[in-house]
Amino acid sequence: MSRNLISEQEVSLLLNDILERYGYDFTEYAPASINRRVNHLYQVDRFPSFAEYRYRIISDPAYALRFVEEITVNVTEMFRDPSFYQALRTQVLPVLATYPFIRVWHAGCSTGEEVYSFAILLKEAKLLHKAVIYATDINAGVLEKGRKGMFRLSQMQQYSRNYMESGGREDFSSYYTANYEYAKFREDLGEKIIFSPHNLVTDGSFNEFQLIICRNVLIYFSKKLQDRVLTLFSDSLEQLGFLALGSKETLNFTSVTGKFKQLENREKIWRKVQL
Amino acid sequence: MTTAPYLIVIGGSAGGLHPILTLLPGLVASLPAAILIVLHRQSHYESVLTDLLSAKSALPVKEASEKEPLLPATIYIAPADYHLLIETDHTFSLDDSEKVNFSRPSIDVTFTSAALAYGSRMTALLLSGANTDGTEGLIDVHDAGGTTAVQDPATADSDYMPRQAILHAPVDIILQPSEMAAFINRMAEV
Repeated sequence: MSRNLISEQEVSLLLNDILERYGYDFTEYAPASINRRVNHLYQVDRFPSFAEYRYRIISDPAYALRFVEEITVNVTEMFRDPSFYQALRTQVLPVLATYPFIRVWHAGCSTGEEVYSFAILLKEAKLLHKAVIYATDINAGVLEKGRKGMFRLSQMQQYSRNYMESGGREDFSSYYTANYEYAKFREDLGEKIIFSPHNLVTDGSFNEFQLIICRNVLIYFSKKLQDRVLTLFSDSLEQLGFLALGSKETLNFTSVTGKFKQLENREKIWRKVQL
Repeated sequence: MTTAPYLIVIGGSAGGLHPILTLLPGLVASLPAAILIVLHRQSHYESVLTDLLSAKSALPVKEASEKEPLLPATIYIAPADYHLLIETDHTFSLDDSEKVNFSRPSIDVTFTSAALAYGSRMTALLLSGANTDGTEGLIDVHDAGGTTAVQDPATADSDYMPRQAILHAPVDIILQPSEMAAFINRMAEV
């Protein structure tokens, strides 16, 4: 092709290098998206040839880390899909309220916008004080951003609109202070969030939860890896715990279909009905 | 190579709905090709769009789901707010990465991905629009051996997108909306 694209076979070579030398396993990712991102980075960093790209990844660990962070997708927003957050408010939080202590796992949290959104829901339901949210991602760089709780001020108008559409009644701007071009979210929202690295491909379960949120992560995985990760989630949920996915993701036709029942709405929230 | 059906990918932006509604009634019900429509729009009108196109078409219309195999005589719509990619095993993948040409779904992303998976077994058709999405994808489709078609800018509500494509990409054929159904029926038979 005229744009000098790297072939799918060459991309697999790089993914094998990354696995063998650095332990990150992308070999079970859906190829089309990862190919696109590997090619995008190749062009952005202006490598003259595939051989030089490969040599840099093999020989320069700092660059390999950049590669890992750039080929994973880290696009997120606060209260993404407001109707999903409305369903969490009305159908999930009232159940969580009955527990003495609430444990939530937000897997693949990226820079944390959706984690803070959920913390706001818990705060408004007066549940945050007895909750802990484990927010995990494969990418250490985005977790550091999440810990800071600072998001672009220019996004706040959109986020405020999403918040209101999700049923929020407060003044959204009361949750942050404007600081130059960033909005710094309140300390009390962040103090119940534990940001920590976790690789869904290679790491196991680390606790038992009443709610696992994992949105727009499974779309990047092969069917086989999706099944593995869903089994991990199922094993990490208490009986009657909730699993929440992205708006185009489903438990239908997966390894755990029979164990879960979808809530009676159009949102992607399931309840574990069978151990 | 598997015996995947021929693929027609249609990309449109502002003013793109009109030619789609014009061409749909003319498609044969037994079309031996999958049709994929990437249309820029507000995410709120999701289900409305599927219903609107269904009403005009003898072929089933559905939103493309991830991992779903492409079938002949079916019209797929790229869901709002995701890029739609095609795997080499002829199934769909979704991707919620950054917008491309201020758009998600981006026409370029789907055209290029389809070119990699289908090579010469596809046609890309670019319709009316007010930005430059689609041009780069048409180049990739052409380079992979596929056929490239563009709506006649004189018939487009927004002629910028088809004009950019004609200026910068190798375009095999320029079509009036009234000619598009017959063109697609013919390409699918090849």
